[in-house]
Amino acid sequence: MTSSTTVASRAARAGGTLARHVRTAFDPSAGRPAGSGQPASGWLVVTVLREESDIENSPLPAPLAEFGDRVELRVRSGSDGKGTELAARLRDQPTSSSALRRLSGKDPQADLRSALRRAKQILEVGEVLVVDPTPHGERTLTPGGAFVEAWTKAAPEAGVL
Amino acid sequence: MRAVTWRGVNEIGVEDVPEPMILNDQDIIVEVGLSATCGSDLHLLGGYIPTMRAGDVLGHEFMGTVAEVGRSVTKHHVGDRVVVVSFTSCGQCWYCRQGLWSLCDNGNPNPGITEALWGQAIGGCYGYSHAMGGWAGSHARYIRVPYGDQGAFPIPENVSDERALFASDAAPTGWTGAHQAGVQHGDVVAVWGGGGVGQMAARAAMLMGADRVVVIDRYENRLEQVRTHIGAETLDYEAVDVPAELREMSGGRGPDVCIEAVGMEAHTPGAQHVYDQVKQQMRLQTDRPAAVREAIYACRKGGTVFTLGVFAGLVDKFPLGAVMNKALTLRGAQQHGHRYIPEILELMSRDEVKTEHLATHVMSLEEGPKGYAMFKNKEDGCVRAVFRPAS
Repeated sequence: MTSSTTVASRAARAGGTLARHVRTAFDPSAGRPAGSGQPASGWLVVTVLREESDIENSPLPAPLAEFGDRVELRVRSGSDGKGTELAARLRDQPTSSSALRRLSGKDPQADLRSALRRAKQILEVGEVLVVDPTPHGERTLTPGGAFVEAWTKAAPEAGVL
Repeated sequence: MRAVTWRGVNEIGVEDVPEPMILNDQDIIVEVGLSATCGSDLHLLGGYIPTMRAGDVLGHEFMGTVAEVGRSVTKHHVGDRVVVVSFTSCGQCWYCRQGLWSLCDNGNPNPGITEALWGQAIGGCYGYSHAMGGWAGSHARYIRVPYGDQGAFPIPENVSDERALFASDAAPTGWTGAHQAGVQHGDVVAVWGGGGVGQMAARAAMLMGADRVVVIDRYENRLEQVRTHIGAETLDYEAVDVPAELREMSGGRGPDVCIEAVGMEAHTPGAQHVYDQVKQQMRLQTDRPAAVREAIYACRKGGTVFTLGVFAGLVDKFPLGAVMNKALTLRGAQQHGHRYIPEILELMSRDEVKTEHLATHVMSLEEGPKGYAMFKNKEDGCVRAVFRPAS
């Protein structure tokens, strides 16, 4: 049951507002989201606050192990006590994907990006943080809400990592 | 359970929502005692942080009692009275270990959103949009607290619920600003914004040894609170020329440290406000930075400007020339509360930090829409509306 009070309801504005916010996050000089390119090498890298030997001597975290021999891995010491750099890339390197596909989690490296993030959590914290099911009220269908829902679903795989 | 929810732009609801569950071994469930509205919630309400969904539970500043603990939790037990920092941070990554807790690598399950907006993801925050993790907020009977050993702090016996509540967000945010801005003994510090965060930044600066602390606002009730409960000086920006007054108060130099605790919906007299409003409403800029501009112009040469208010994206007419030529240090942060809350609770227990006065209106969850309307419109001298879920 919902008992809502409208202070000055402008819900219809939400969808347009969202689209404009997304647009303004883009670097106008580059015509794409700032920093959303990808390195030519294809490596995706995270820094894990663990000793290099700890990582080398531990079982490969499950999210990365599931890739089997489809991925190459590289481990090296980070600079100045920042931990250990854990890098992964697909052996069959995909062709370059657009910034929009990377940011929406639809590029060929999306699953690997998510796996690398989860592996870092397992190595640092011991478990992968989950948010759902989270308590919420009635989900009214709006264009803005649908956009946020889609972006949220893609967010664990999306990004510039 | 009942909860106060975001229903749409400028629309608050009260709904039945499911109770939270332990989902990770390090989780705790807290029965919320008190949960405060925050000025940053108004940006969600106004649609300026557009990653909310109808039905999202609001609230990120709260205290309560531990109701359930995950199997890896070691510091807390059922029945403990705790205050919980508003950010979800793991405590194990490099950023957390550096004391930069709000920058946690692991506390936001939706990193792709903020990586797209800002280049990198920061930690999560309760009730503060899906960009900040999609965590349910605290305006409800129960809330799930991930990384419970890191984010929940026991409240000293002699600290009241009403005082401890603001050790969750307002006070540690203020401490973050003053400390990270590098306030030194003998400094003149100016704080833009006399709400909860601004008041706490001023108090922190005083306790860090500032010689003179000045808080700037336009609401007389807030300025009166600053003088009475914080002990700082005040300026009404609608009545005086703020940079001129600050120059006079600092021997012509300008403040050593300028802390901006206003955020993306700043008001200012005159044409600048009209300009910023028009550009923001047309989405030619996402944020109105009037207070930041003034702080940059007012700050002494070689001083520090700290943006403590919440900003989301892009601003226009940013005085970068003044930043560069005056050799200013410009910093900002969400709160790194985990590092400050133990000290704040200790200061609260010695009556050196008092916050009860911020809770001007305490009400039930059913009065959520009324509380937000009063808070937004500053009705009846409302500084913070606070919800008591058990009432």
